[in-house]
This record gives sequence, C-alpha cells and structure tokens, in this order.
Amino acid sequence: MNQGRLAERRLGWLLCAPAVAAMLLVTAYPILYALWLSLFRYDLRFPDRREFVGLANYASVLTSEVWWKALSNTLIISAGSVAFELVLGIALALLMHLTTIGRRTVRTAVLIPYAIITVVAALAWKFAFDPTTGFINALLGLENSWLTERWPAFFVIIFSEIWKTTPFMALLLMAGLTLIPEDLLRAARVDGASAWQRFWRIILPLMKPTILVALFFRTLDAFRIFDTVYVQTRGAQDTETVSIVGYNTLIVRLNLGLGSAVSVLIFCGVLLIALLFIKGFGTSLQGQRGDRL
Amino acid sequence: MLTLTWYVFDEPSGAFRDAAERCSQMSAGRYTIALTPLPTDADQQREQLVRRLAAADPDIDIIGMDVIWTAEFAEAGWILPWLASSSERVSKGRLPAANESARYKNRLWGVPFTSNAQLLWYRSDRVSSSPRTWNELIEKAETFGNPGNLQVQGQRYEGLTVFFISLLASAGGSVLDESGSAVSLEETPTVRALSLLKRIASSSVADPALAAAREDQARLTFETGGPTFMINYSFVWPSAHQNVPEMAAHMAFARWPSVDQNHTSRVAIGGLNLGVGAFTRNPDLAFEAAECLASKSNQIRAAKQGGLPPTLEALYDDLEVRKRFPFADILRETLRDAVLRPRTPVYNDISLAISRTLHPMRDIDPVRDAVRLRKAVNQALNSEGLL
Repeated sequence: MNQGRLAERRLGWLLCAPAVAAMLLVTAYPILYALWLSLFRYDLRFPDRREFVGLANYASVLTSEVWWKALSNTLIISAGSVAFELVLGIALALLMHLTTIGRRTVRTAVLIPYAIITVVAALAWKFAFDPTTGFINALLGLENSWLTERWPAFFVIIFSEIWKTTPFMALLLMAGLTLIPEDLLRAARVDGASAWQRFWRIILPLMKPTILVALFFRTLDAFRIFDTVYVQTRGAQDTETVSIVGYNTLIVRLNLGLGSAVSVLIFCGVLLIALLFIKGFGTSLQGQRGDRL
Repeated sequence: MLTLTWYVFDEPSGAFRDAAERCSQMSAGRYTIALTPLPTDADQQREQLVRRLAAADPDIDIIGMDVIWTAEFAEAGWILPWLASSSERVSKGRLPAANESARYKNRLWGVPFTSNAQLLWYRSDRVSSSPRTWNELIEKAETFGNPGNLQVQGQRYEGLTVFFISLLASAGGSVLDESGSAVSLEETPTVRALSLLKRIASSSVADPALAAAREDQARLTFETGGPTFMINYSFVWPSAHQNVPEMAAHMAFARWPSVDQNHTSRVAIGGLNLGVGAFTRNPDLAFEAAECLASKSNQIRAAKQGGLPPTLEALYDDLEVRKRFPFADILRETLRDAVLRPRTPVYNDISLAISRTLHPMRDIDPVRDAVRLRKAVNQALNSEGLL
C-alpha cells in the first residue's frame, strides 16, 4: 500500500471516529450487559435466586425445539419476503424511473404502504383475511380461515411484509438506477441490444452493489420480524419467530437470564448475516474497482 | 391533597371511575383516587404492571389484579399483604373461591372486587332443555350439524388454558398438587379432559376457525344466529340484548356442562382483586381506599353499569343485581363450586406450557399429550427452558 493510500485510510478512520464512539456508547453497553445477564439464572420474579450458571442458558436454548423451530420459521419468512420484494422492487423501481407522465404521483402512490405503521398494516391485513370481516375470501371465492393454519398463516404474514416493505426496496433500487450512465444504454441500443438484453446485461450488473445493499437491509430487517407476527398470530400455528421467542421469555416470563441468551443468539444471527453480505460487498466492490483501474 | 393512583383495566362503562370518585368524596379530603387505565387484554395489563413493579415504581398505589397474579406478585414482593387483623373483615361475606384467589401463603394480598365464571349459553327456540354433560352437548349440537354450532375458545392463549383446567377439574383432576410446588395431572382425569378437547375440535360442529377463537369471536359468531351453543362469560348477555334483541329473546343459560353424570362441573374462577403496590408512599391510605373501592355499593355499581359479577355473596339476591343478571343463581352456584387456577408464582409459565402443548385442539393425542403436558408443566414449574 502506498503512502497516499495510507493517509487516506487514516483520514477515513478519523472521520468516522465520532460516529463510532457515539454508537459504542449507546449500543455497546446494552449488548455487553445482555451478554453478562445471559450467564445468570435470573428471573425478575425471584430476584433472590439469582446465580451464575455459565453457559447453561445457551445450552438450554440451543437444545430446545422451540428455538430451532422459531429459527426455521424466521428464515422461511425472511427468504420468502425478501425474494419477492427484490423482484417486485426492481419492477417498481423501473416503473418509477421510467415514467414520464405523473412521475410524482406514481412515486407517491408506490411509497404509501411504506408510510403506514407496521402494526396498522398488519391489523388491516389481518381483518382483510378474516373469514367474517374480510374481503379476500369473497374476492377469491374461497372459504379459508387463513390465520388458523400454518402455511396459510405464513402466506398472510409474508404477504403483509411484502406489501409493506417493497416500496423501501424499490426506493433503494431506484437510487441505483439513476447511477447508470445514460450513454451506456444508448450505446447498447445503437449496437442493437434488445430491452431485455439491456436490462440483463447492463442494468443488473451495474446495479449489483445497490441490490446487495438493499438485500442486506431487508434481510436484517426481516430476520428481526416481530410486529406483523405478533399482531396476526401471536406466534400461534407454528409461526413463532426468534424475536417472539425473545419477547416471550424476557417480557412475558421475566426470565432475564434465558431471555438475554435468546437476544444474544439473535444478535449472533444478525452478525452472521452482516458478515456474509459484507463478504459479498467486498468482492463486488473490488470487482468494480478492478474494472475502473 | 394526596392522590392515590389506581392501575386498572379500562372499564368502558365508567363504573370504576365513578367508584373512585365516590371513595374520594367519602374520604373527606384525605385522598383522591386517580385512575390510570390499562389495556383490556389481561396479558398486556400484566406486562405493563410488571415492568413498573420490577423497577419499584412508587406511583402504583392500588392495583386491579387478575385473580391469577396473586402468587406471582406476592412472591416477587410487588404487593403488600393485609394485616391479619383486617383481613378477616375484608374477606367477610365474599365468595370463598374469590377470597382464596387473593390468598397466598396464609395471607391476604387483595380484596376481591369482581368475579366471573363461564356459563353455557344456548338457543331455547332450538333445544327444549340444556344438555347436562359434555357428551350430551356435543351429540345435541351434532344433530344440527352446521360447523360452528358449538362455540368454545381454542386459540393458543389463556382461554384455552381455562378451558382445559375447567375440564380437568370437572373430571376430578388438578394441574398442581396441594402444595402448589409439584405437578399433579393425574392420568385418568387428564386423559379424559384431553379426549374431550380432541372430540370437541374434531366434531362436525366445531368452528372452522376454532384454532383462532377467543371469547369475543365466539360472542360475535353467536350473535349472527348460526350457533346453538356457546361457552362464554356473562358479558355476552347484555351484548346480545343490545346488538340482536330478536335473537337474545331466545337466548337461555345453564351451568357449564359436567364431564360425567356423577360430578358437577367445576369452572375456573376469574375476576379482579384489588392489591396495594409494595412501593406506595401511602400504604395505610391505599389499603383503606382499596377496601372502599370493593365495598358493597361499588360492587352494585360495577354489576349494574359494567356487568361485572360481584364477589359479595349476598348481592346475588339483590334485586338490582338480579335484574342485570337473570342468571344470578346459576352464576353463584358455579362460583361456589369454582376451581382456582394453579396458585404458583410461575402460573404464567404454566399457562403458556398448557396452551402451547394443547394447541391446536384438533391435533391432540390424549395419551401421548398427557405425558407431554406433564413434562412441559414440570419444566415451567422449575422455570427451565423456552416455552
């Protein structure tokens, strides 16, 4: 690494130091405290029986079928919602990018679901899918009671999530679209590339970093899903997610030790997702840099 | 003037607010009671209270406690016990089961304010007499055959636990032993209760949405006129009379069905006890105010205005109360035989363990699940593992 690079790197660190310090101040303490608590048998209802138990809480969580089931449920919801959001998000981003008439109206309309509070959206869809109060059954000519069985309940949850957060995805992706140089597309058109080829060979590869960022944010969000599930099923019908397990243990059962162990494990999950994506970023960014040099 | 804060669920008719006002007036300027409303859902009330109490909030003077919280709150040191000298006066004339629900480790931790228990509601224009046992009830409902003809609570929540505990007690069993520290769940009654749950859920008259049914869904469905039978609390009576008077004219009530001919049914008691927060700045006044709030006149008010059954036994003969509750005699009988939900500080965990193991009702395998249930309750009792 040459001298200039090194200085630039130092400046970079200096510039982000205040932000890092502030983050550490507000996040490091609770995280470390949760880690500390997770090593104790500590139930708020029996404060006198607090004792150090080492990793026993983790053993208890990791050997429990509740945890593994919740984890697989969370992954099903994350994968299901993020995949559809990506496809729909790209479509909406293209739509918002390419519309020439009523551009502002289109963009506002697309963003409305994202502006609605998650709990309200979850309740609205819960009522919509309800066999007595809802319109979905009437619309589709069905007589399902959606939220009383596992897969239909998953469908409703994932559907609500997609409806709610696709605009976020679309917004991020639209930012990526605006970065694609217009001349490149024009040149491709002159060379006789079809619309599909332009999308597949030019737009998508150039948007890869943006797509990764969008996927990253949404996957992290989806992994921590709480409100929609809490409102729609409360975790019944085997739709419990890891956040719901954490909530039940910490807030309902007041078991700080066990609950903190759950929280720490969720944190590890988030960390793992972040690491995977950052690795993905690294290669894609490096690839780009290589192209330019 | 000194203000006492009363944390209690947001009673819609305003009966609690009026009671607070009356007691404030009667204190002759020594205190005023300010009401802080909590959510209607009992789980959410508990969550909010517990968070404050665990942080030793001195703002909580009087607490409207669900009958199932006594042991938990007392053991954690979040509420104060009544003095032995006054607890006798406070308990006098109240339903024994209601008094018991406020007692833990030989002390009184609350004054019983309102009570409740489920009854069987049915359509007198379709059946001439009420079924006495669950078997009769299911068979009778099946002669009508329409899905949802029999309305019960099957969602994974406290209501399912109540359903199971009532069936178990009616079959002669109990969840915990006398001491409250060991699992009981005797095999014969447990398997019997589980078989009944399974039979109800797999019957042709079970509601298609049984796995998501709570008390209010049952009430709404009953008011559509489809169902013939419903297990529910007494709030369904005024509601039906207000919403669908033509249907309500044919609405009749009976005691909760028994499991077999030889034993009468035993239903889990519900209701509200008034406790005094452990961190209050004015314990003496808070005790006095709690006693005033649960007095005879305020119980009549709660019954008349809010439809909440009283804990003072004599009030079931009161003309005004009887006008509001034509089923007063059956309700009193039910409450006299009522069963308490397990009195243990970890009741909440036990309830979760029960409702989780038994949900959905249609998938119950009585023999296998009796074993699973025992294991789950035992784990909850020792606050081990995730639930």
